[in-house]
Amino acid sequence: MPKGILGRKLGMTQVFDADGRAWAVTVVEAGPCPVVARRTVARDGYDAVQLGFGPARPRRLTRPLLGHFRRAGVEPHRLLREIRWGEGAPAEGEVVTCAIFQPGEFVDVTGRSRGKGFAGVVKRHGAGRGPMSHGSKYHRRVGSLGGSSFPSRVFKGKPMPGHMGAERVTVKNLQIFATDPERNLLLIRGAVPGPRGAALLIRAASPRHARGKR
Amino acid sequence: MNPIDVVEERYRREDVPEFGPGDIVRVHVKVVEGGRERVQPFEGTVIARQGGGTSETFTVRRVSYGVGVERTFPVHSPRIDRIEVLRRGRVRRAKLYYLRGRSGKAARIRERRREA
Repeated sequence: MPKGILGRKLGMTQVFDADGRAWAVTVVEAGPCPVVARRTVARDGYDAVQLGFGPARPRRLTRPLLGHFRRAGVEPHRLLREIRWGEGAPAEGEVVTCAIFQPGEFVDVTGRSRGKGFAGVVKRHGAGRGPMSHGSKYHRRVGSLGGSSFPSRVFKGKPMPGHMGAERVTVKNLQIFATDPERNLLLIRGAVPGPRGAALLIRAASPRHARGKR
Repeated sequence: MNPIDVVEERYRREDVPEFGPGDIVRVHVKVVEGGRERVQPFEGTVIARQGGGTSETFTVRRVSYGVGVERTFPVHSPRIDRIEVLRRGRVRRAKLYYLRGRSGKAARIRERRREA
């Protein structure tokens, strides 16, 4: 996994490109993210950088965490995430900004999707619903759960109602429309997971997969 | 300031004249034709304005050779060269979709005198 940064979803809007075409973009506040720790194969068995994002009040953090930040010589941050950067990874104490991305590059964006609560089978699994009127009493219920005497049980994985959303989601191969290093903003084409204010992990997409796209 | 507004600022056009439903406008559209760009006017009645921010659009209706033609433009589109307001109309609703079912005398709109 190559370069990446942490960010916060600010919302969506519509912008025009040089040809006058309109694009739907998500505005993401990305960085600046200091490298709080390095993981190395020699010491940890794998290679990664730990990035921090968003200011945190020192009072709200535990002493061990404060010590962790002090050791790296960076201010306390709210969010800590590791990224398997690979080659060219920044050293501890260095700061990663949205300038690591150029317009036109492709990224994978990971976040926590909006929580939908306890959702029925229509919303959660895309089941069809029954008629809402004309005497029908079968509106949005679960249909058949399966056979009767054979197999005498409900198969595992049968789509049923339950908790939906608020899970880790990665949207792959989104294109960077523009960057604003001054304001630490990224404009990413398309939608990203979560509500406004959601924490995001933005990583460069695998070039193998991004190649087929414009 | 809301960061979304800051982003939109760069894409907003400041040279858009004031106009609304009922007005007759001439929209000068940039068209790319065979690698060459030229400006083509589209004249008609504004029947709707919709949306906000950079994604605001307006719809212009005209009857051309007996066929009703409607075009919807983004207000802030860079493909619009300029917009001329030819006549202000006095209308009592924001969306003039009722004009679609009318033609000739019935589709007239009174002119608005005295700026309100």
